[in-house]
Amino acid sequence: MWHLITAPILLPFLTALIIMLPPVHYSPMRRRWVSMISSAIQLVLAVCLLLQVQQQGLIHYAVGDWQAPFGIILVADTLSVVMVCLTSFLALGAICYGSAGEDEKGSFFHPLFQFQVMGINGAFLTGDLFNLFVFFEVLLIASYALLIHAGGKNKTKAAVHYVVLNLTGSAIFLFSLAVLYGTLGTLNIADMAVKLATLPAEDLMLVKAGGLMLMIVFALKAAVLPLQFWLPATYASASAPVAALFAVMTKIGVYALLRVYSTIFGENAGPLAGMASDWLLPAGLATIALGAVGALASQDFRKLVANLVLVSVGTLVSLVALQTELSAAAALYYTVHSTLVTAALFLVADLIANQRGKAGDRLVSGRRVSQPILLGFIFMIGALTVAGLPPFSGFVGKLMILQSAVEPVSRILLWSLILLSSLMVIVALSRAGSTLFWRVSGTEPGGGKAPRLQIFAVIWLLLASPLLAVFAGPLTALSQQAAAQLYDTATSNNIILGQQPVQEIKP
Amino acid sequence: METLFACCIGFLTACGVFLMLRGRTFPVVLGLTMLSYAVNLFIFSSGRLTLRGAAVLGTSEQYADPLPQALVLTAIVIGFAMTAFLVILAIRARADLGNDHVDGKLPESEMSKKESR
Repeated sequence: MWHLITAPILLPFLTALIIMLPPVHYSPMRRRWVSMISSAIQLVLAVCLLLQVQQQGLIHYAVGDWQAPFGIILVADTLSVVMVCLTSFLALGAICYGSAGEDEKGSFFHPLFQFQVMGINGAFLTGDLFNLFVFFEVLLIASYALLIHAGGKNKTKAAVHYVVLNLTGSAIFLFSLAVLYGTLGTLNIADMAVKLATLPAEDLMLVKAGGLMLMIVFALKAAVLPLQFWLPATYASASAPVAALFAVMTKIGVYALLRVYSTIFGENAGPLAGMASDWLLPAGLATIALGAVGALASQDFRKLVANLVLVSVGTLVSLVALQTELSAAAALYYTVHSTLVTAALFLVADLIANQRGKAGDRLVSGRRVSQPILLGFIFMIGALTVAGLPPFSGFVGKLMILQSAVEPVSRILLWSLILLSSLMVIVALSRAGSTLFWRVSGTEPGGGKAPRLQIFAVIWLLLASPLLAVFAGPLTALSQQAAAQLYDTATSNNIILGQQPVQEIKP
Repeated sequence: METLFACCIGFLTACGVFLMLRGRTFPVVLGLTMLSYAVNLFIFSSGRLTLRGAAVLGTSEQYADPLPQALVLTAIVIGFAMTAFLVILAIRARADLGNDHVDGKLPESEMSKKESR
């Protein structure tokens, strides 16, 4: 069980390699089954890891047995493992959806998908900033290739922007890492937090510059206001299972912001404590507003869902900026809820588009869908959840968020923006739903019925929402525990950097 | 030496940013390459600039920090792969969209110039 923490990284990696080898690679059915079974195993292992973290507290793993702070370490605390579980759950749904035929529209869908899952899991589990950069690049290069999966003009155009922006982001990431290494002399997240407490005054501004450059990079990945222009076009043009997996990619940016600005630049950072909040709070709030307006203005359903991603990112970034345990707990619950429901909505958009013939997912009157009751019901559950109406998980998430804003100024801003944006999202979704399902011309449906596997994938993702609401009690306790662990930096730094008994190396 | 090194990095970064803001994909690719060169030099300098410093303990008076060198190697490899991918993507975009503009369509001023020719 000692090595369990490496499983979320190694298993997707090995699966991707196996899928590319001859006996599996030649048959589409084998590729699908290997990919789906491996994802199911990943989900089981992720849950096992969560149980282990629950029992033992924070787990860290020195790769190659080079002890921290000299070697690269993997760290599993409740927050990161919950994110790994979320990724595995989402990946299983998206792979099932893709296996119904979408994967054969281009080559190497399954290996690339597994590589991306590996990058995402690695980014969540690493305890080293440079390693975080490496895993970012792993998931990014897989996402570049997945974005143009199935080809087409729109995808190529979106991919050029996306790749150039992310390469620039990587350059800034490296600049900031070099500044931080040059001043602090370490890139281990726990060790950086310790070193920052004894920082000489003349290096203060350099570290601040490095830290704020990191914020720019993570804000670009998360798509926060001045850096969000790439998101709607990219997410709307990606093929459905890819867009569903991308729903978790913005959350990696948010996770990195939360990790870096609560562990390294947290309460113990002296004059640098909370330096990002002044920037993140207004940026996050403005992103909520922009996403809501964008949702109202969207001309097609996929763009609308992409704008809903922006709303959720804005909400999460504002919560990160509040920098309290309550807000971090709310952010974790809301991350799980919003990732799953936006991913499900991307899949629903594709199902609807496939059945409406030429009109696709554009919000104009078109031919009727062939399964109006099933799709309408699925759409309604998704819409109610994402807008935050009871009895689904969005309501619980919004409630936690509203309760976590304690200070008067942030309370006024956050409450008004979140409630107003919810109203605008309801309006946008009702307009979209009534256009898609009721403004129909003719009686002939525009396409055939959806494959059962695709319906299963959508229901798999949507079913999480009522479950999240039913088990809201234990889940809020879990997220509060994760937040407490995140903010108890002294203990976790001690565990990571403390003298561990060196494992005997077997010859 | 520090001044020269800093000027080099600054010049490369400035050229890289300028080229990246151009409208066509080829200058953008070149700009990103220059920016990654600047980054590599910059990471290298984060271990301090020392002359004749060994990276192995016990062999000389002065020591060079080996970690930035390892980081630079990683960054070079990743940057190289990404640039290769971007070049291929740019060629694909040229083929798919019919021009090499980053937005996929020529701005109107250039369109009219093309037509008048």
